Amino acid sequence: MNIVKHKVAHHFANAHQEFSSAKLGMWLFLAQEVLFFSALFVAYAIFRALNPEMFIEAHHHLSWKMGALNTVVLIISSFTMVMSVRSAQLSRQRSTFWYLAATFFCALMFMVVKSFEYYEKITHGYLPSVWFSGEGTFENLHIFFGIYFTMTGLHGLHVLVGMGLIIWLMIKTVKGHFYADYFTPLENVGLYWHLVDLVWIFLFPLLYLIG
Amino acid sequence: MTTVSNYINAKKGILSWIFTIDHKRIGIMYLGFVLLAFFLGGMFALLLRLELITPNELILTARQYNQVFTLHGAIMVFLFIIPSIPATFGNFFLPIQLGTIDVAFPKLNLASLWIYVLGAIFCFYSILSGSVDTGWTFYTPYSSTAGGSIIPMVTGVFILGFSSILTGINFIVTVHKMRAPGLTWFKLPLFVWTLYATAIIQVLATPVLAITLLLLVLEKTMGLGIFDSALGGDPVLFQHFFWFYSHPAVYIMILPAMGVISEVVATFCKKELFGYRIMAYSSLAIAIIAFLVWGHHLFVSGQSPFITMLFSLLTFLVGIPSGIKVFNWIATMYAGTINMKTPFLYFLSFIFLFTVGGFTGVVLGTLSLDIHLHDTYFVVAHFHYVMMGGTVMAFLAGLHYWWPKMFGKMYNEVAAIVAFVFIFIGFNVTFFSQFILGANGMPRRYYNYIDEFQLLHFTSTVGSWLLAVGFFISLAYFISSLRSGKKASENPWESSALEWKTASPPVTQNFSTIPKRIDSGPYDYDKA
Repeated sequence: MNIVKHKVAHHFANAHQEFSSAKLGMWLFLAQEVLFFSALFVAYAIFRALNPEMFIEAHHHLSWKMGALNTVVLIISSFTMVMSVRSAQLSRQRSTFWYLAATFFCALMFMVVKSFEYYEKITHGYLPSVWFSGEGTFENLHIFFGIYFTMTGLHGLHVLVGMGLIIWLMIKTVKGHFYADYFTPLENVGLYWHLVDLVWIFLFPLLYLIG
Repeated sequence: MTTVSNYINAKKGILSWIFTIDHKRIGIMYLGFVLLAFFLGGMFALLLRLELITPNELILTARQYNQVFTLHGAIMVFLFIIPSIPATFGNFFLPIQLGTIDVAFPKLNLASLWIYVLGAIFCFYSILSGSVDTGWTFYTPYSSTAGGSIIPMVTGVFILGFSSILTGINFIVTVHKMRAPGLTWFKLPLFVWTLYATAIIQVLATPVLAITLLLLVLEKTMGLGIFDSALGGDPVLFQHFFWFYSHPAVYIMILPAMGVISEVVATFCKKELFGYRIMAYSSLAIAIIAFLVWGHHLFVSGQSPFITMLFSLLTFLVGIPSGIKVFNWIATMYAGTINMKTPFLYFLSFIFLFTVGGFTGVVLGTLSLDIHLHDTYFVVAHFHYVMMGGTVMAFLAGLHYWWPKMFGKMYNEVAAIVAFVFIFIGFNVTFFSQFILGANGMPRRYYNYIDEFQLLHFTSTVGSWLLAVGFFISLAYFISSLRSGKKASENPWESSALEWKTASPPVTQNFSTIPKRIDSGPYDYDKA
C-alpha cells in the first residue's frame, strides 16, 4: 500500500513533541470525561443508598444476559482497537484497516443489542417519570429508570461518536496516512475507545447485577 | 517610513480573522467579545442599581427585576469573568512567555473561541425568548419547575463550559510541552503558573457543571427525578453538584488575576518577585483546596453539622496561600524602584480591595456569622470585592500593562489616572455601603426594601454611576489610543519579562528569531 508522509505542524519542533502533546491533550480530555460521568455515579450512589430495595426490584426489569453480551462485545472491541494501533506501528495497513472494521462492527453490535433493550423498556413503560407507565411496588421506581436511561444514553452517545471516529480512521488508513512513524489519531481514538469501554465495565454491574 | 509587518497587518480581511489560528489574534477577538459581555452585564447592573434607588417600584416590575439580576450574574460570570483573563491575555501572552510560536493546539484554540460565541448565542436567544429569573445559580426546584427560557440559557452555559475546558486542555499541554529549551518550570513567569493552576480547575471542575446542567435539562424535559422533590429527588443534590464546579470556578476567576498582578508588581517595582517559589506553589495550593470547599455555600441548606464544620475549616485554609501571596506582593515593593503608572495603581487597588474581599470571605466562612449574614448584601459586597475588586482590577491592570504590546500604541496616562480614580472611588462607594446594608439585614435579590435602607441604597447607586463614568472614560482613551495613540516602543515599562523583548505589536511568529535557549528568569532585574 502507498504511504502518505505526515508533515509535522509548523509550531512543533519535531514529531516527538507533536505526538506527546497530542497524547497528553487526549489524557486530559479523558480526565474531563471521567469528571463528566462522575456526577451520574454520585447520583446513582445516593439514590441507591436511599432506596436499596427499589433498586433491587428495578434491576430485575433489565436483562443481565443482554448486558453481559454487550460487556463481552465491548471488551473484544477494545482488543481489536489495540491490535489496529499495533498494526499501524508495524506499518501493516491492511490489518490496521480490518482491525478497525472489527472494532466498528463490535460497536455496531453493541448499539443493536442496546436498542433491543431500550425497545423492551419502552414498550413496557419502564421509563423516566414523564413517560413512566410500568408496574411495581415502589412509587419512585421511575428514578432508577431515569438514572438508567441517562447513564446508558450518554454512554451510547459516546459509542456513536466513537463509531464516527473509527470510520474517519478507516478512511485515513485506506489513504495510507498511518505508518510506523505516524499513528497519533489511532492512538488517541484508541484511548478514547478504552474509556468508553471502561465506563460500560462500571455501568454493567451497577445497573444489571444488584442484590 | 516603512511599516513593519506584525500580527495585525500580516493578513487582511475579516476572513483572515475568523479563520486565524494565531493565538494573538484569537486573544484579541476574545478581548472584544469579553468586553462586549462586560458592557452588557454592566448595563444590567446599572438598571438594577437604578431600580433600587427607591424602596418601591421605579422602572422595573418585580419579575423584570428578577430577570435582570439573573442576567447580570449569568453574563458576568459565564461570558465575562471566567474567560476574561485566561482567554484574552492568556491566549496572547502564554506562548510568548514560553518563547514559542503558538499554543499546542492552535485549531482547537480557534474552535474554543467559536464555541464560546455559539454558547453566547444560546444565552442571547434565551434573553429574547422569555428570559430567566432563577438567579445565575439555577437552583432547583425553582429552575426545574419555573417557566421562561431556562433550557436555552442552560444549554448556552453548557456550551460555554466546553469552550473553557478546551482552553484549559490547550494551556496545560502548552505549558508542559511547548516551553523553549532551557526554560524550566521555576523560570516560568508567575502568570504562566497561575494559568496552569487555572487550567487544571477548568479541566477538572467544568465537566461537573456540564453534567449538572444536562441533568437539569433532563429533569425539566423527562422528569428524571433526582432534583425535583415532587418526583422523589433531592434539590440540595443540585446545590452540591453546582458548587462542586462553581466554587472552584471562583478560583478560575481569581488565579489568573493573581498572575497578572504578580507580573505588574515586578515590572513596576523593577524587582525580582519576593518569594517566587512559594508564589508558584501557593497557586497550585489554591487550585487544590478549591475543590474541597464547595459545601460552604450550603451552610443553611440542611447539610449535616459535622460536614458543615469541616467545610468551614477547609474554607479558612484558602486564606493561607492567599495571604502568602498578598504579603509577597507587598514585600516585593520594599526597596523597589516604583514606577507609579496606571497598571501599578490598579495593582495597589487590587491589594486593597482583594484583601477586604478575602477577609470578609473568612467572616462568611465562620459558621455562626454566616447564619446571620447568609443571603444578605454582605455576601453580595464580599464577592464583588473579590470578583470586581480583585479580578476586574487585575484585568484592568493587565489591559493597561499589556496594551502597548498588544496594539503597539500608548494610551493617555492622565486620562487613565482620572478613570482609575473614578473606578476606585465608585467601586468602594457602590459596594462598601452594601457591607453595611447586609450587616443590617438587607437580604439580597429583593426588589423592595424598608425605608430605613434607602440612604445606603442611594449611596450604592450613586457609586455605580461613578463606576460607569470611569469605564466610559477608559473606553474613550483606549479608542483614541487605537486611532491616534503614540507609537509604543518595544519595552515602554523597561520590564525584563520575555514578552517585552519582541516588537510591539509582535510579528506573527512572535519573535523575529525564535529563542534557541532561555536561561534567564522572568524577573532578573538585579542581573540587568
